[in-house]
Amino acid sequence: MLVVFLGIGLKLDPREVPSPFIDKPAPEFSLPSLHNVDVNLSPQDFTGRVWLLNVWASWCVACRAEHEVLKDLAREDIAPIIGLNYKDRPGDAKRWLQQLGDPYQSSAIDVDGKVGIDWGVYGVPETFVIDQQGIVRYKHIGPITAEELHSTIIPLVNTLRQNKA
Amino acid sequence: MKHFLIIWSLLFVSFPAQAVIEMRTFADSAQEDRYKALINELRCLVCQNQNLADSNADLAKDLREQTYKMITSGASDAEIVNYMVARYGDFVLYRPPFKSTTLPLWIGPFVLLGLGILGLALVIRRRNRTPDEALSDVERTQVRHLLDRDD
Repeated sequence: MLVVFLGIGLKLDPREVPSPFIDKPAPEFSLPSLHNVDVNLSPQDFTGRVWLLNVWASWCVACRAEHEVLKDLAREDIAPIIGLNYKDRPGDAKRWLQQLGDPYQSSAIDVDGKVGIDWGVYGVPETFVIDQQGIVRYKHIGPITAEELHSTIIPLVNTLRQNKA
Repeated sequence: MKHFLIIWSLLFVSFPAQAVIEMRTFADSAQEDRYKALINELRCLVCQNQNLADSNADLAKDLREQTYKMITSGASDAEIVNYMVARYGDFVLYRPPFKSTTLPLWIGPFVLLGLGILGLALVIRRRNRTPDEALSDVERTQVRHLLDRDD
């Protein structure tokens, strides 16, 4: 019996805290866009589309690893990726995107991390998949690997896109 | 030599541990008590075996700040806990609520204890029920032989 429990314990990742947002409406925000502070971004802008919210920061090392994967996803052109630039300096963030490329349709600046709290963010990077009705369907904690992109994220986005009423 | 002496003596110096808690001012001591109780009850998501009070993680700082703001603006304990649970799930609570998803957590140990007692009872009963094997005729003569033998 101990072996069974240990076996289960090894399989579980304690860092993966189940998100209370799955199948619930995406939390609201209205934040200035990184590239144009006069424009405010909000989840409502994307109603009717399947979209992804990716929480990132230029200080986040794991985001660097994930960046190439996000660029792959952007090339697929199946859903807009919106960045939530979390507790970052806009200058650093812009430089980071200039150097590494920008997979985001746009990025919202969450300087004090308040919106991050509203979205239950506790480890950057995190990625949410939101459907046409603005319901959160999936949350990924930590960097998305190329394998996870092709085995989970892309099929999910495609399925959600077909659900369009 | 001088350096050596300085380093040697430094070994015997201890510094008080730095307190993590920020300076907070409250309207009354009841608020302060509630604040302390709450940040002790809420778990830090980043360093999962610490509560908000003990953690130095950035997020823990933000959540302490949030707790402080909510208390001073008059939110009840339940409101603050609900705020955290709505965002981070039951996981933020060190004492999870009793509901279907946490059921195994609450009754699991008792089920295991019950199974253990049941198993033990079965083993003891079986052991009592099996009578001692009677000796066969051959064994009986062997025993008699051994006992009767003169040494």
